[in-house]
Amino acid sequence: MVGPSSSHTAGACRIGWAARELLGGTPDHAQIGLHGSFFATGQGHGTDQAVVAGLLGFPPDDTRLKDSFQFATSSGLDFEIHEVDLGAEAHPNSVQIHLKRKDTEITIRAASIGGGSIRLEQIDRFAVEICGTLETLVFWHADAPGFLARITAVLACAELNVASIRTSRYERGEQALTVIEIDSTVPPEVITLFQHARAIQRLVRLPVLPGF
Amino acid sequence: MNYQFRTTQELLVLTQQHDWSVSELTLKGEVELGNASREELLAKMLDYYSRMKTSVANGLKITERSQSGLSGGDSKRLYKHSEGGTQISALGAIFERSIAYGLAVLETNAAFGLIVATPTAGSAGITPACLLTWQEVHGASDEVVSRSLFTAAGIGKIIGYGACFSGAQGGCQAEIGSACCMAAAALCELDGGTPEQVVQASAIALQNTLGLICDPIGGYVEAPCMMRNGLYTIHAFGAAAMALSGIRSMVPFDEVVGALREIGQKMPRIYKETSEGGLAATPTGLRFKPKPRISPVP
Repeated sequence: MVGPSSSHTAGACRIGWAARELLGGTPDHAQIGLHGSFFATGQGHGTDQAVVAGLLGFPPDDTRLKDSFQFATSSGLDFEIHEVDLGAEAHPNSVQIHLKRKDTEITIRAASIGGGSIRLEQIDRFAVEICGTLETLVFWHADAPGFLARITAVLACAELNVASIRTSRYERGEQALTVIEIDSTVPPEVITLFQHARAIQRLVRLPVLPGF
Repeated sequence: MNYQFRTTQELLVLTQQHDWSVSELTLKGEVELGNASREELLAKMLDYYSRMKTSVANGLKITERSQSGLSGGDSKRLYKHSEGGTQISALGAIFERSIAYGLAVLETNAAFGLIVATPTAGSAGITPACLLTWQEVHGASDEVVSRSLFTAAGIGKIIGYGACFSGAQGGCQAEIGSACCMAAAALCELDGGTPEQVVQASAIALQNTLGLICDPIGGYVEAPCMMRNGLYTIHAFGAAAMALSGIRSMVPFDEVVGALREIGQKMPRIYKETSEGGLAATPTGLRFKPKPRISPVP
């Protein structure tokens, strides 16, 4: 990895990287809110540069990380960084990122939990727990009966083993979010098959996050 | 899964059952997870070790001060001092050189250079410094030395399960403490220590770093981080030697990890990488506080 801090630099970069994948490409606009120690000592650790580097798709061992602000300008990424208070319960190294790319918008909240490991805690309004050590499928879908049964049936036919599964919804019968961690790589034909399912509004295949 | 462990109690049962070293068990456990083959994992560790050595070499070349002005040129200074003259320490050149290596990695880190987090960036100097020193003394191959990184990883994993690695969560004891504990474990196995002795070396190293706060001046991973990476290299060698001599820690390793977690939880926030207390809040420390580049309120 490129220093100076595994949690404040490498972890921050990996969070940005994951957020970019969830959005589906480099954002046009990013609002980055740094909480706790991320804000207090983030500048010395290059946390702001690292998040931006991740949003540009740079992995944590990319030496361009320290110049990410310049690369953002040339890539058309407009960003703002500010302090946020996510509450006393939030991990001291937390960040909340709102991204926009054409018509797609996404908000994520994540924590850098040490040694470069991260935890995505929220996607849009939904609570999640994603570490990025396994390939992860994220479905935005309608809260309707039989959804999980259909999805897992497809996975079963493709001999894909589910490591974890979590569905959260905001209100009954409204939108829901399902996160499935898979033990292996999901073949593209499975993704294509999912795209036929009417209940799915959006699907993102989040690859294993880059190491450091 | 047959080779996974979350405590040293479990680790010692497995190493005894199969008559394996800690590194072998850790390696077997990783292979069992199915993400990489044995050969791939060995090659990966070899690559990490080579990156570690490069980060030492790069640091020793640095003569300029860092952007913050808090560090730079010290590893080279100490390395030169170790090479001769009349003022050399009673413990000799190797002693000074091993400290210089620890400083060197953090100087590379402060310059945004490539390092290997072991387990974190702020504590990345100790393990490379210990292993490179050991290698130079014994003339061993990179293959032999890099195997001991699995020993370090196995012990580190247990700390990860039972406590944490981040200064923001557990203070410096979670970073420097974990690092010198992992280095002591690796050194102990390289020196022929049994798994039991490896665990003792880890316990001795970790319990004597408990309570260290994380108070980086100006929020930069430089002071006191850099000097700690040099000095705790010696701590790791000492812990390994004590364990090899048969000295046992009064408190078992798993309980020391519990103490690390408890101290970390109760440690005031100002001492957990916020730079609001300790050395960072001294009159001198405050002089290095960066001017805000990012606005405090949205």
